[in-house]
Amino acid sequence: MTVQLIAMQLFSGLALGAVLIMVALGLSIIFGMLGIVNFAHGALFMVGAYAGLYVAGLTGSFWWALVLAPVLIGLFGMLIERFLIRPLYGRSPDDPLLLTFGLGYVLVEAVRILFGTDGIPFSTPAALRGVVNLGIGFFPLYRLFVIGVVCTVLLLLWIGLEKTKFGLIVRAGSADPLIMRVLGVDISKLWLVVFGIGVGITALGGVLAAPMRNVSPEMGTLVLAEAFVVTVIGGMGSLAGAVVAGLIVGVAVSMTSLFAPEMATIVMFALMALILLVRPNGLYGRAAPGL
Amino acid sequence: MSIVRDAEIAATPTRGGFATLFSNVNRWRVPLSVLALCILPWILPSQALAVNVLIYGLVAVGYNLLFGYTGLLSFGHAAFFGAGAYATGIAIGAFGVNWFAAMLIGLAVAAVLSVIMGVLAIRTRGIYFSMVTLALSQLVYYSALQASSWTGGENGLRGFTVSVLNFPGFSLNFLDPMIKYYAIMVIVALALWFVSRVLNSPFGAVIEAIRENETRARACGYDVERTKLLSFVLSGILCGLAGTLSAMHLSIVPLDSLHYHTSGLIVMMTLLGGAGSFFGPFVGALAFLSMEDVFSLWTSNWQLIVGVIFILFVLYLPKGIWGTLISWWKSR
Repeated sequence: MTVQLIAMQLFSGLALGAVLIMVALGLSIIFGMLGIVNFAHGALFMVGAYAGLYVAGLTGSFWWALVLAPVLIGLFGMLIERFLIRPLYGRSPDDPLLLTFGLGYVLVEAVRILFGTDGIPFSTPAALRGVVNLGIGFFPLYRLFVIGVVCTVLLLLWIGLEKTKFGLIVRAGSADPLIMRVLGVDISKLWLVVFGIGVGITALGGVLAAPMRNVSPEMGTLVLAEAFVVTVIGGMGSLAGAVVAGLIVGVAVSMTSLFAPEMATIVMFALMALILLVRPNGLYGRAAPGL
Repeated sequence: MSIVRDAEIAATPTRGGFATLFSNVNRWRVPLSVLALCILPWILPSQALAVNVLIYGLVAVGYNLLFGYTGLLSFGHAAFFGAGAYATGIAIGAFGVNWFAAMLIGLAVAAVLSVIMGVLAIRTRGIYFSMVTLALSQLVYYSALQASSWTGGENGLRGFTVSVLNFPGFSLNFLDPMIKYYAIMVIVALALWFVSRVLNSPFGAVIEAIRENETRARACGYDVERTKLLSFVLSGILCGLAGTLSAMHLSIVPLDSLHYHTSGLIVMMTLLGGAGSFFGPFVGALAFLSMEDVFSLWTSNWQLIVGVIFILFVLYLPKGIWGTLISWWKSR
């Protein structure tokens, strides 16, 4: 067990965490703004990966898939918000949760009908195959690319939220939707766009994850639980929390798989239990809303 | 979540003597349920379906105690169902324990697990609670997957059967489908009677008070956390009981019985029937399993249809079949 091996594993953890951040971020944006938990999030991650597969097959280019699939699935997310979730505003917060759970069920079945039940391999694009020497050892180029894309998305999101007028309206709307309405902002349009962005980010996570694992209808189920763990650790609705917790979970999982592989899937849940005992609202969390 | 309030409906004076009818139905709810369960195997197309309705009906009744009456939406009840089933199966298969002791072991394991999960989950509120219960139940799922020398891993637990139920003085042939159905039914009936007593007790009133207004219940001096935990554990034990019955019935415990999809099925059944009503969960289990039975004849993708129906229920009939029936009846 050399220092180099540990450093390499740390880096794999960052790549793993990067995908988790995308999913948890989508979940957190939607929650922070609309106050609902999207239980179809894992399924939309999976649908994103399939959309990437489809677009890549159609155009023959991974790059088109990377751009088009999240946009398409984001638009699909907007349809979901408009026709399924909007009728539920003003009802109990459990209702959108139940509805999106049912939706996840339907999406998984629909993909099974369209693409079959077996996993489909998604090949790494030729330009991103191979390894890079990081000075401490050789690291797969694609994982490095994933980390880069996620950093770019985070930067864009930060600029979008903190430096633009739209971001200002979004932040104000998440703080107090009622006042925004009084000020004459059409908050329902805002919610539509935010839901679309949240779903699009998750779909991008799905496309990014696809070459690292097989694309299968069930790939979203573990991801949903993982995203919940990340958001609970980070604090619901906190974007910084999603990033920090995503990295913590990613590194913890990859470190455990080095030392005790059989504990790898279990360690993140144990971590969550620990956080719940010490800080029930998560690292960056505010008190649970509505109570 | 829209919820049918038994007590409120019973107390509302309405035209047409609905209140008297309803309070009569409510007073005789356990005998009426048992009567319905007695004729169930004669009207359903298959014996297997009837036993499934019994088992999943019991799960939904246990779950309803927490979701419908206490107002806590858990997505982790598969853990208790599965834990009860695994514990019973392992007790019989690996330790050669008799059926009754194995059932008690199943209940004890489900109880301990629900105390542990409950203590952690009740620290959170609202939608956090749903996410935490889901994540903790996945922890149980992956632990069972890893401990394959005990649980059989992905293949599920096999290699145990209950063929005879021994009682002091007599014994029942558990392999006979009819005897099996009625033996399980007696246990389910006892559980229903227990739930009915719990709901009529002061504790039953307190959990409904917490559902309606937690802050007010706290202000009235009730220990909200302890009450929630007790409700969580009772509901976990009832699901564990259904798990032990399922293990004895099937002689196999599939790994999927621990997966959160099973929790989702439990939520769907309870909501389809009507959360927060006594008969709702059984109606929901009956409706859900009959749909599965019918649709799976036509298509292997029956879950798609069931999912769509569930979405329509959340959108348009959030009170479920039984709850909608009651409010329609009441408004006539």
